[in-house]
Amino acid sequence: MKKFWALFFFFWPTLAIVVCCIAPSQNWWFPSEAMSPLGKEIDGLFYLILVIVTITFIGTQYALGWVLWQSARQDDAAKAEFSHGSHTLELIWTIVPAFILLFIALYQMDVWMKFRVQAKFPDEAKNAPVVEVTARQFEWRMRYPAPGKLLQLNPQPDDLYTVNEMHVPVGRPVRFNLRSGDVQHAFFAPQLRVKQDAVPGLMIPIWFEIPKPGKYELLCAELCGWGHYKMRATIYAEPENIYHEYLEALQQEQNFDGVVPDTEEDE
Amino acid sequence: MVDDHTHDHHEQSFVQKYVFSTDHKMIGIQFLFTTLFMLLVGGALALAVRWQLAFPWTKMPIIGDLFGLISGSGASIFAGEGGQISPEFYTMLFTMHASVMIFLVIIPILAGAFGNFLIPLQIGADDMAFPILNMLSYWFMWPAIACFGISFFAGGVTAGPGSGWTSYPLLADLMQAAPNSGAGQTWWLMGLTLVGVSSMMGSINYMTTIINMRAPGMTLFRMPLTIWSMFITAILQSFALPVLTAAGFMQVTDRLLGTVFFIPSDLIVNNAEPTIGGGQPLLWQHLFWFYSHPAVYIMLLPAMGMISDMLSCMCRKPIFGYKPMIYSMASIAGLGFIVWGHHMFTSGMNPALGMSFMTSTMMIALPSAIKTFNWIGTIWGGKVQFNTVFLNCAAFVSMFIVGGLSGIFMAAVPVDIYFHDTYFIVAHFHYVLFGSTLFGVFAAIHFWFPKMFGRMMSDKIGQLHFLVTFISFNGTFFPMHLLGIAGMPRRYADPYLHPWLEHLKPMNQFMTYCAIIMGLAQLLLIGNFLISIFKGKKAGRNPWGANGLEWSAPSPPGHGNFDVPPVCYRTPYEYSSPEAEMLDQDYILQTEPPPRQTAAEQKGSADE
Repeated sequence: MKKFWALFFFFWPTLAIVVCCIAPSQNWWFPSEAMSPLGKEIDGLFYLILVIVTITFIGTQYALGWVLWQSARQDDAAKAEFSHGSHTLELIWTIVPAFILLFIALYQMDVWMKFRVQAKFPDEAKNAPVVEVTARQFEWRMRYPAPGKLLQLNPQPDDLYTVNEMHVPVGRPVRFNLRSGDVQHAFFAPQLRVKQDAVPGLMIPIWFEIPKPGKYELLCAELCGWGHYKMRATIYAEPENIYHEYLEALQQEQNFDGVVPDTEEDE
Repeated sequence: MVDDHTHDHHEQSFVQKYVFSTDHKMIGIQFLFTTLFMLLVGGALALAVRWQLAFPWTKMPIIGDLFGLISGSGASIFAGEGGQISPEFYTMLFTMHASVMIFLVIIPILAGAFGNFLIPLQIGADDMAFPILNMLSYWFMWPAIACFGISFFAGGVTAGPGSGWTSYPLLADLMQAAPNSGAGQTWWLMGLTLVGVSSMMGSINYMTTIINMRAPGMTLFRMPLTIWSMFITAILQSFALPVLTAAGFMQVTDRLLGTVFFIPSDLIVNNAEPTIGGGQPLLWQHLFWFYSHPAVYIMLLPAMGMISDMLSCMCRKPIFGYKPMIYSMASIAGLGFIVWGHHMFTSGMNPALGMSFMTSTMMIALPSAIKTFNWIGTIWGGKVQFNTVFLNCAAFVSMFIVGGLSGIFMAAVPVDIYFHDTYFIVAHFHYVLFGSTLFGVFAAIHFWFPKMFGRMMSDKIGQLHFLVTFISFNGTFFPMHLLGIAGMPRRYADPYLHPWLEHLKPMNQFMTYCAIIMGLAQLLLIGNFLISIFKGKKAGRNPWGANGLEWSAPSPPGHGNFDVPPVCYRTPYEYSSPEAEMLDQDYILQTEPPPRQTAAEQKGSADE
């Protein structure tokens, strides 16, 4: 029974590693590769930590299994070693992890600053937000400036609005302002690796860049009430000209006064 | 010692002895029974959550009908939904699962049950410094439990508090934001405050007792690590709790009296009147996490301390690095106060804070790493007793490694951007709170049971319980890491509304089956526990051959604990020491006086 338990503590970390290794092939992994340059950097940091953590995991779990195995092999007459520890070992396993952890922390700073510190934003994202995103129970509201105008902090009469559809141009950093209309929400675009809480009373500048046109998921990641799970929206990344056409079409639709000059009613 | 009354002087009435007892042992056992019962309640709530994630919008087995039977009308409580969980009810389920598990199980089972039972026994005192305060700390749990209980129904039967255990404003702050919760959220906050009162009374008592009432010879550095961990936890509690209590009151007044501590202006929530405002929701997060991050260590440190004692005993070997263990616990406690911001990386606080909190959070991984290495070092070269206690301790170490390592992903701010509020977080804290703390508690129950009731728990059933729990625990929680990487957010009543999460459903169903097995396995523990109280094998004073002072007292100890006031001569970790060998055993009680100097020398020289 002793040996069974010692092997048991070898077995489960092995199984865990096997599961992690087959996970990407089973689609138990990121929903897609990162679709934004910053997201790719975040993934890079993730894999860096994953490597460090996996090595530590294997090392410590197998060390645990090994010390158990050593003891399980002993005969009954064996005696425990009388030792209160080792000063050298304590120093080693304090200093080495300290450097590794500090390295991880310092190595992460850069990407974080690019994502959140306004002074480090890419130039196109420093000013001129493209859209204002307001999260409400339980929908996403977008406010665009009229074509040719800049987005103002306060709503303007000619602003354009959509719900649960966020259209952005591809190929350049897109800055947007994030607000909440009621309770707290969080803007989560998993494929872009972007997440930011929308806090009532605050306006938070965020940016991302999507190189490839396409549809991307947007959902809420901060509990906002019973309908939290329903806050699904789509980000449409479009080439610049299509994006502008879209805005113009939106403007026409919004300014449409309901009077149709000379067409017959046919349903 | 407080007073030199004679022991077993007069018969206590039933109420004095078992209900309003001032005896720390009885209070500890009361806490243990209450928290084990609450563990079942919290577990049932978790199973309902798992049901919804595996089979969303289908009728719950048993419970779906049960409520209908109770109300007598034949209609289930979700009549409109045909016995299925409504989204409001789902928010209540995970909110109350977390609240019950954190505030009514883990904190009170560690500090309340084991802290109470062990502190006087392990330091050689006859009781706590303030026995009546101690009794009150238990009896304040009941109003708290009542408040939590009322909160289930205060908003009607279909939804209680639904803002998560973190109770973030404005969802928790404005009645209209979560209309189904109704007054439930306010009752929940009252319950939270009362739990705080209970913990505070306990902490004051523990600190005073540990500082003032140690037996002669029990110097600080002869205290078992359990006592060190309880001491440090008590300090953490007493510094952190007032902040939560204050914040809780602010939220209550926001809800009831129209203050606006956390409410900004001009928000139209759920078509109500615009808010008047002037407050800041982030303020709540800072105050809440200023308590609740140290609370994570309140929920972990005592288990770490108890594990250290049990591992050392079960390996018949001194603890590896006694002082580094103490210093690392102290630094966890110290650093624990300056890492709360890592819960708020995506909250919109100043990004510069993100960087400093990341650094301090990385640093707090260090003492945890040191402790892990020391535990492995303790087992290394020991003569391991592979029994239930040891297996649960080994599981603690093994699971703590997982919980600790997965924490590094979240401590790294850029990576946390993605992982925040996904199932990765859920995996992480279940590995720490269940994988570590609860396995530690299982070990502690088996280890100190003979001291509590004078009988042993069945080791066979204990090992079976361990095996089933360990496998089903990993089956339930390990895949959560993968769900998190796949981007599945927390607190979603129906993640499969999003087509890109649909393929995760089979995995969720597998996890739910594991969770049901895990829930059933706990019946083994409860059954073993209850039956062994009456039918277990009789245990002597020191069934494990352990060193602590508590093992020199009778099992169970009588009123006043020790038949001879104990004097402490050594540290509690001198297993297999040369002096123990001279006594022909592999342990040496702390009360064992050193061999008389002259006699020893004579003997020594004679031997040579």
